[in-house]
Amino acid sequence: MQTLSSEAPAMTRAGGADEVLRVSDLKVHFPIMSGAIFKREIATVKAVDGVSFSLERGETLGLVGESGCGKSTTGLAVLRMLAPTAGRILFEGTDIAQHDASAMQAIRRRMQMVYQDPYGSLNPRMTVRDIILEPLEVHGLANDRAAARTRVDELLRLVGLLPDMADRYPHEFSGGQRQRIGIARALALEPTLIVCDEPVSALDVSIQAQVVNLFMDLQERLGLTYLFIAHDLAVVRHISDRIAVMYLGRIVEIARRDELYASPLHPYTQALLAAVPVADPEVEAARPRMIVTGEVPSALRPPPGCRFHTRCPSAMPVCKTIDPQLTDLSQGRAVACHLHVSPNT
Amino acid sequence: MASVSETASIRRRGAFATFIIRLFKEKPLGAAGAIIFLVFLFCGIFADFLAPYGMNQISPLNRLKPPSWQHPFGTDNLGRDMFSRCLYGAQLSVIIGFCAAGLATIISVVLGILTGYLGGRFDMITQRFVDAWMSFPDLIILIVVVSVLGPGMPQIIGTLGLLLGIAGSRIIRSAVISVRENMYVHAAQSIGARTPRILWRHILPNVMPPIIVLFTTRVGTVILAESGLSFLGLGVPPPAPTWGGMLSGAGRTFMFQGPWLALAPGLCLTLVVYSTNMFGDALRDLLDPRMRGSR
Repeated sequence: MQTLSSEAPAMTRAGGADEVLRVSDLKVHFPIMSGAIFKREIATVKAVDGVSFSLERGETLGLVGESGCGKSTTGLAVLRMLAPTAGRILFEGTDIAQHDASAMQAIRRRMQMVYQDPYGSLNPRMTVRDIILEPLEVHGLANDRAAARTRVDELLRLVGLLPDMADRYPHEFSGGQRQRIGIARALALEPTLIVCDEPVSALDVSIQAQVVNLFMDLQERLGLTYLFIAHDLAVVRHISDRIAVMYLGRIVEIARRDELYASPLHPYTQALLAAVPVADPEVEAARPRMIVTGEVPSALRPPPGCRFHTRCPSAMPVCKTIDPQLTDLSQGRAVACHLHVSPNT
Repeated sequence: MASVSETASIRRRGAFATFIIRLFKEKPLGAAGAIIFLVFLFCGIFADFLAPYGMNQISPLNRLKPPSWQHPFGTDNLGRDMFSRCLYGAQLSVIIGFCAAGLATIISVVLGILTGYLGGRFDMITQRFVDAWMSFPDLIILIVVVSVLGPGMPQIIGTLGLLLGIAGSRIIRSAVISVRENMYVHAAQSIGARTPRILWRHILPNVMPPIIVLFTTRVGTVILAESGLSFLGLGVPPPAPTWGGMLSGAGRTFMFQGPWLALAPGLCLTLVVYSTNMFGDALRDLLDPRMRGSR
């Protein structure tokens, strides 16, 4: 159902008229310091190393990849909870990559985050009302207490909770309910963009579906734009319009959801999709396997050339020397692989 | 507008009443602690009216008398009524205990929260000063202060408060460091909340348990420290009746002739320390929303 509202803008990706977010060549490097008093940099972890993507209004971009590939770091950098090392983050037309704290203050109203852990992300000593009120108070929107109370009730209803629950404490709720409280907090300021950092991976499978459906329902009603970070491919497939696959600090493939699942181009995407088990044991036993061997190389010293070449089953000599760039193949589809893009172009 | 503030005050009173009810229902020991403590506080405040004799009223004929109806706690080597002296001692010891422990806790909390939350170079430098300060023996600092300023209550409260406060900042700091890493702090930052708000709304309430424990244990420590100082002649100068002074002065000298000389102030001291600890523990649990309804 979300595709009805957001498929169209996804098609006109190059248009940019209603572009909420455009990240270009984002790099987030963490220096590793040594020495007690005189700090010196001994190495750099290139957590995010040249990531580019864009997001249309009302669209969901799923960001997938295994642990440590830099997907959460990308999300945090977009929210400017981390200072990017290089690159541009155009949010509603303004480059916020170099904004200082006071310039970010006004922007923070329009971009919010939903966290993975519904237990740790709510202050145990605040009532649900205070938790949801906090963003309004911070931005000076809660001066009219009666109106603020009504707003909290409204938000609770919006996420499927009851206004009567507002005076309880977080520990009195289940994981799924807590996640709804976290979503209500994120919605309080009526943001344009919500970065969801694995928002359902800590929940029971039965609850996951409810929360994912809530996300989709809210998107339809409020026209929200999601950057949806996850590692569960089924969840991502359900919610996303487009999907970006990350590997070792880079995006290796971006495609519309159905295209990606129907015909993955990058060998890593293929391996990732092949790793999802099929529920039917006969189909599971019969289907071709694609096994990737070895470990993810360290982000401290990524391999030269294509970062995936050390594990890629179809690696060619050129992969060891030339780093493939993320190149547009067709409308909304891009891949960084020498199999699909000749290194000369 | 008036009606809004009125309902707010009603709600607050309601919350206080609920707190008292919960204290008695869920934490009987804590309630006992609170009552014992209030009795001592009352005795201290109204010692002038309650004490049957003056604090330094000497009666040479009644020296070292064991407890009787006339002198419930007996008399000391100068014939002073121990009951009256213990009442006045409540005044001095409780004032010293609470002021110094309060000062120490405030210093610990301010230093601990700032260094723990801000971290980085500020933390590094401040904590090295704390290290240096902690490496001085407490007694030396106390002797220096008392010999420069002379013995007296304000000096003792100030010095003990500072000594214990700086040392205690480490405890609060480590609690802050663990609270700081919680995602709700991150969430507040991502909303755009500024540092003072985060410290006040998110960090402070979540480090309350160690703060309360720190304060209640410090009350005992301070009262005992004052007695140690009195023993060295550095405390509140005699003949002012502090429990510590009575315990280490006449109480020790006449331990065999009149054991009540040590027993009476010792018992008072134990009861105050015990009651603050019990009440502190109860307070810690009752203030934690997660402990609602548990025992």
